[in-house]
Amino acid sequence: MEHGIWLSASSDIDVMVHGILKYSFFGHEVWITTTQVSLLIVVLILAGFSIAAGRAIRKGTEVPGGFQNVVELIVEKLDGMVDSTMGKNAKKYYNYIGTVFIFLLVSNISGLLGLRPPTADYGVTFPLGVMTFLLIHYNELRYQKPKDIWKDKCSPLPPWLPIWLPINIISDVAVPISLSLRLFANILSGTIMMALVYGLLGWIATIWPAALHVYFDLFSGAIQTYVFCMLTMTYISNAIGDGGDVKA
Amino acid sequence: MEFNENFILGCSAIGAGLALIAGIGPGVGQGIAAGHAAAAVGRNPGAKSDITSTMLLGQAVAETTGLYGLLVAILLLFVKPLLW
Repeated sequence: MEHGIWLSASSDIDVMVHGILKYSFFGHEVWITTTQVSLLIVVLILAGFSIAAGRAIRKGTEVPGGFQNVVELIVEKLDGMVDSTMGKNAKKYYNYIGTVFIFLLVSNISGLLGLRPPTADYGVTFPLGVMTFLLIHYNELRYQKPKDIWKDKCSPLPPWLPIWLPINIISDVAVPISLSLRLFANILSGTIMMALVYGLLGWIATIWPAALHVYFDLFSGAIQTYVFCMLTMTYISNAIGDGGDVKA
Repeated sequence: MEFNENFILGCSAIGAGLALIAGIGPGVGQGIAAGHAAAAVGRNPGAKSDITSTMLLGQAVAETTGLYGLLVAILLLFVKPLLW
């Protein structure tokens, strides 16, 4: 089925996930795909950076210099971002939000390294959305009274008339889906655009696509990372509500 | 009635093009958000970083509907669900 969509001449437009290695897992056919390979590379990069950072901090000096300075700057900026959004609940979420931020940032801009960005696979972004979903409802159950949750779920109408309940539940379920689809679609569209530019233009696409890389990989990736983390933090602090101080 | 593959692919391509009409809404919405943010910065230049981050967040949320249209188009073009 080579006709049709692939604008005839070039067959080297390559945006899909490819299987690399097939193995059998309890009788199921499972594939190692390009996503997993680039995920592994990203994780190795991050692990190397973390080991180096840990070593730099462990023998750190009072007045930071060089690499220690960079590491402290990153941690400080991330903590400041969490602080400014979550306020008094920030302390418990420094680690999670920081980890998600660094991981998403490196995977989004890994297109610059010639990888297919891992976040351009729905199987990578959906678990992140599900993690946000679980955090939201864990915090909701922990910090709010069941009566208040019920009242919130019937919200525009009074609590004894739960006509609005299904709609509110649907909008709760839509949160992780829209979070993960937003990230996925942004990165995927960037990947497809770059593949089209390189695949269709051939030798014309020599130096100037660097500008497109700056937009589609760096700018778009960084914005989406920021948005994902901001929305996660906003949802979580909404779920905690005013009760955050009680057990913190 | 039987349709051949090419007809279905052509219709999928038309559908993908129509799905991207969804891009109009987010374009208008993001433009309005950016315009109001510019006005806000003009009124209160000190709050520029707060305004910018709020604007980006709102724009990213407004963008979602357009991205759904894009996803439908991508599915129609690359996954070809109508041929299954």
